Amino acid sequence: MAAIAVGVPRVVDQFGLLQLTIFAAMCILALSLGVVWGYGGILCFGQSAFFGLGAYTYAVTAINLEESTVAVILSIVVPAVFAALLGYFMFYGRLSDVYLGVITLSVTLIFFNLMNSTAGDVYRVGTARLNGFNGMPSLPTLNVPGDPGRLLDSTETFYLVMAVLVIVYVGLHALLASHFGRVVVAIRENETRCELLGYDVRLHKLLIFTIGGGIAGLAGCLFANWGAFVSPNVFSLTMTSQIIIWVIVGGLGTLLGPIIGCLIMQYLATMLGTQQLANTNLIFGTIFLAFVLLVPRGLVPSLRRLGARLVGRAPARGLEPGA
Amino acid sequence: MDLAAVLTIEVLSGIAGLALISIGLAIIFGMMRVINLAHGEFMMLGGYAAIVATNHGVDIWISMLVVAPIVVGVIGVIAERTIIRFLYGRMIDTLLATWGLSLFFIGIVTTIFGNISAGIRAPLGSVAVGRYNISVYRLVLIGITAMIFGAIFIVLRRSRLGLIARGTMENPNMAAALGVSPSRVYATTFGIGAALTGLAGGLLAPISGILPTVGAAYVAKAFITVISGGTAILAGTLAAAGLFGSVNQLLTYFTTPVIGEAGLLAVAILLLRVLPHGITGKLFRGSL
Repeated sequence: MAAIAVGVPRVVDQFGLLQLTIFAAMCILALSLGVVWGYGGILCFGQSAFFGLGAYTYAVTAINLEESTVAVILSIVVPAVFAALLGYFMFYGRLSDVYLGVITLSVTLIFFNLMNSTAGDVYRVGTARLNGFNGMPSLPTLNVPGDPGRLLDSTETFYLVMAVLVIVYVGLHALLASHFGRVVVAIRENETRCELLGYDVRLHKLLIFTIGGGIAGLAGCLFANWGAFVSPNVFSLTMTSQIIIWVIVGGLGTLLGPIIGCLIMQYLATMLGTQQLANTNLIFGTIFLAFVLLVPRGLVPSLRRLGARLVGRAPARGLEPGA
Repeated sequence: MDLAAVLTIEVLSGIAGLALISIGLAIIFGMMRVINLAHGEFMMLGGYAAIVATNHGVDIWISMLVVAPIVVGVIGVIAERTIIRFLYGRMIDTLLATWGLSLFFIGIVTTIFGNISAGIRAPLGSVAVGRYNISVYRLVLIGITAMIFGAIFIVLRRSRLGLIARGTMENPNMAAALGVSPSRVYATTFGIGAALTGLAGGLLAPISGILPTVGAAYVAKAFITVISGGTAILAGTLAAAGLFGSVNQLLTYFTTPVIGEAGLLAVAILLLRVLPHGITGKLFRGSL
């Protein structure tokens, strides 16, 4: 991944570079749900709530401080704290899977409605007007820490986003290989057994959920910075369902899956958007349905299985889910 | 005094609205344990059915009360037969499949009608209460919602259909042994739930207008109401709608709609922290 990242700006044009930057930012978002749902077993339909919260936190802070370093840090911290709060109510209330999905989804939609109704001069944070459904345009983009006048250009931004993606990917691998990560996966496999073995199930779920929230917030910050724009659409149902589709298509219980799913679907969405052949929602809905009914494991686990069968050995059972 | 009357009607209207948008979902979830994420889109389809019928010269009451539920009920049965029946018992997969379905419906409707809002005029005009004007249609909606709940209660409690449905949900194998076809009961129940959702969509179309993506505006509130209500379909939905509707309308009146919505959510999350199985998980157990 790192090798591709270094070579790419020499080969593609400006437009391609911007496309790749946003794809990479979205891959980070996909990873955040991939770890919460695929490894933590937490059905979170509200990943876009943290994503959007990160984007708005970045926007508001960067406008107020006219500097991006603190804004970036806050765009991770605020969604993580919100995830921790929400997670406390959900996990310590011992809500089951399906309720989690619905609650997180509802939270996202309420954010969507809330931000849409913040039009007008009354709704401002410091010097930043929230602007309701029109969104907040011309945000300050990322600058070199400590030097607000020195903004990153598109190539530097691309390197930065790719570096963040690699760091998040490697970091999550390390996290999942650690003792903490193994307990999280064990909880996904059998919650009661873990509890009987003396692990605090609620705390572990809360922590992995919080980490996922922080990563999604970071992705949101990169997204807001990419277009120098943020609107309530970051909380929309379309956004939320896209994240779910990436993970479903790529495959649960892998880290590579969400990235691949995200790339495929983003590419498809861009293509559909430019060609106007068919409505994007229609195609995405059909793909979503087809995967749930026909390829419920997703691409990466299914291909791995197929590969293993062709080579003639039993499928590897590492950190992948049993079913 | 006028203010008190108007406020009471506002609160009642808020409660009826929540109950109306939730009841179809509550039936499908309560009876079949299927969480229908295409619920908002069923409402949207009901709204379009009512508007299209009215624009083609059908009487507005017939298009809202008859056309909308029939159209959406038929769509619901088709969806159940082609998709959902393969996924019974796999709650998360049904959740995801109905989500796919919801995107699919949004896509189809956008392709047909375009991404613009449509609407019909609310019938009946308004009536003066002291210094305030109240839409008669809102009053009628409260009445219709009460009638729907009454009808569902009677069907579930007193009729043979309701008995068969409740029996099948309780124990499908036993019902099958007694000569009932569970798959037919599932399809019917899903169809009825969808039809009620379509009815709600049709009835609310004159108030809120309709867009291909309007479902998102309803679905969150409907889910919160049903989940907070708990297992009992009617009592749970009514209790939760009563609580959230009052909180929402009163906060909206005294502050802004934004705070009203946020307040609704905050109350719901606190409630689920205290009562994880919803209101009827603890209180009014055994009611319908």
